[in-house]
Amino acid sequence: MDEHKQESIDLTEFSDADLEQHFRVISPGRMVAKRFFKSKLSIVGLAMIIFVFLFSFVGPMVVKATWGYGETQVFKVERETDMVTVAKFKAADGKDYHYYDRSKTTILFKAPISADHWLGTDTSGFDIFIRLMHGGRISLIISFIVIFLETLIGVVLGGVAGYFGKWVDQLIMRIVDIFACLPTLPILLILSATISSIEAIPAEHRIYYLMGFITLLGWTGVARIVRGQILMLREQEYILAAETTGISAFHKIFRHLIPNTMPQLIVSATLGLGGIILYESTLSYLSLGVPFPRAAWGSMIALADPSKGQEILAYYPNMWVPAGILIVVTVLGFSFIGDGLRDAFDPRMKR
Amino acid sequence: MWTYLLKRIGLALVILIGASALIYMLTMMMPADYIDNQTAAAVQNGSMTLEDVMRLKELYGLADKSVGGIARSYGKWLTSALRGDLGFSFLYGRPVSSVLKDYIWISFFIALFSFVIEIIIAIPMGIKAAVNQYSAYDYTVSVFAMAGTALPSFFLSALLMNLLAIRLKIFPLQGLTTATKVFAQDAHLAIFLDKAWHLVLPIMVLTLLGIGGTMKFTRTNMLEVMNSDYIRTARAKGLSERTVTYKHAFRNTMIPLVTSLSGMLPGLFGGAMITESVFSIPGIGTMALRATQQGDIPFIMGYNMFLSILTVTGMLISDMMYMVVDPRVKLK
Repeated sequence: MDEHKQESIDLTEFSDADLEQHFRVISPGRMVAKRFFKSKLSIVGLAMIIFVFLFSFVGPMVVKATWGYGETQVFKVERETDMVTVAKFKAADGKDYHYYDRSKTTILFKAPISADHWLGTDTSGFDIFIRLMHGGRISLIISFIVIFLETLIGVVLGGVAGYFGKWVDQLIMRIVDIFACLPTLPILLILSATISSIEAIPAEHRIYYLMGFITLLGWTGVARIVRGQILMLREQEYILAAETTGISAFHKIFRHLIPNTMPQLIVSATLGLGGIILYESTLSYLSLGVPFPRAAWGSMIALADPSKGQEILAYYPNMWVPAGILIVVTVLGFSFIGDGLRDAFDPRMKR
Repeated sequence: MWTYLLKRIGLALVILIGASALIYMLTMMMPADYIDNQTAAAVQNGSMTLEDVMRLKELYGLADKSVGGIARSYGKWLTSALRGDLGFSFLYGRPVSSVLKDYIWISFFIALFSFVIEIIIAIPMGIKAAVNQYSAYDYTVSVFAMAGTALPSFFLSALLMNLLAIRLKIFPLQGLTTATKVFAQDAHLAIFLDKAWHLVLPIMVLTLLGIGGTMKFTRTNMLEVMNSDYIRTARAKGLSERTVTYKHAFRNTMIPLVTSLSGMLPGLFGGAMITESVFSIPGIGTMALRATQQGDIPFIMGYNMFLSILTVTGMLISDMMYMVVDPRVKLK
């Protein structure tokens, strides 16, 4: 105990120069970064996301530069396979007959893994490895744009609701309640079906509408977070101080209140990215996402749907397993980073 | 408390009416509905004229797609829905409510089973992970649980089908009954077992997808409780770690756990669209997916309304449970 006391007395006697020498002053941002990198999981998550990003954005460029082809290049790789047909039937004479037929056929598609095609080719003769890259690009772009839009709408509406309160709050929060109670997947299916059957909309544009729909069904979470935070923050002294300087409501909301909700927003946005990727891939799985010759992870897994025949599910895991693994890696990476950020931002979590 | 309850129920009704209007509008935006799909061939070969199609649509209130027309047909739909009549499903040729009633149970059975298994596995795992925070156990369990939530249902289904149904041939691939088996009329047990055997894989998928969320929720709440002062007091009194964890800490973790889990109960009736369709289980999810793909507007409307009601009921239940399990909470 005495020793401790001694030490604290010594500390007070340090001059500023001494302090600089013995203690490093770090900004809040640096502190967050330090706490973030302390967790192993966040580093792993970061590595996963960097990998997926390089794979999906740099990968296609490298491929284009070295081999010069893209996602819709068709390769015809000839190979011979045995086709065996077996059947058992009862003939008219009452005896059981076994029918066995073996024939050789040449198939051009569904090539196995080779040096030319690292993961083989799919049912249309597209190179799977390259399609994985392009599919990742679509998923990442969609998820980032959607999360940006959701945050934008959520911040504006949640901020206005939380700041003005009373009937404005009531009105906005009831709209939030209504949107939050819509069943997301069924409504997304309805909307995507609508879009894909309108002929005036070119297939390439479908994806933009899709982003709009996912945003429409997902912004309520952000609005609730922002509103809750602002209800809490607006009672604090620094807002009173800001008010006495006579600034406008707009500045008070967007310069003093919203920046303080940033930590929560960043965390919820990071955690939300994975969810959007899952919705996008589900829509692609049901072929309501990115239209056919374009690649998407979900539609690559759809090849394994047993309702369309078990062949690919059983014998060609190279067509659908890698896409699934990439989805898991991406979603998991985002949630690791999100968790790490939350722990890093939370000042109560000092270890 | 009762005024609070009444206020919440009133609010829920407002939300439901808003949601129904929104869903109705979106559904009516679908350009190709069941009538179009069914009559397309007949119109093509000239056995039906476009006027006939319009007359059919008029009959079902689908003809007028202007704002006023949609509002009018929504009014009609709402008044009959309030009387319990959800309309007639084109695709299934029966009243929507009777289709819902018939196919709900299989979905509920699957969901309830996986819900129970999920709770049994996830809660002890979450507690153990929280007690040994940052241990190897904590990391492993957290990573596996989170991997479960990161899996798309159709991918996990395909993996399990490939491994357990095709390669190891333990479970049947799809469907609810073995088509090649013929059962005697009164072999109820055999039929039930056959069905249950078909449901193992879907239940496994739903469980694996759900475990992560519950486990993480338990862990976070448990950690929060473990850091509170009264736990330190309990330790200082010299209580065993076991008593501290299960008697003192877990009881308070139960509050958020019971609240959120009871809020999930109504959702068990909603069906799992993707998982059920991948496994061709004739549940409400499969029926709804087919109806959506074919533009069966009355069914889509009924199903989505049903889901919204489940969500709102879940919210109400978890609000109520919050008061029931935590005596400190007094709501006005």
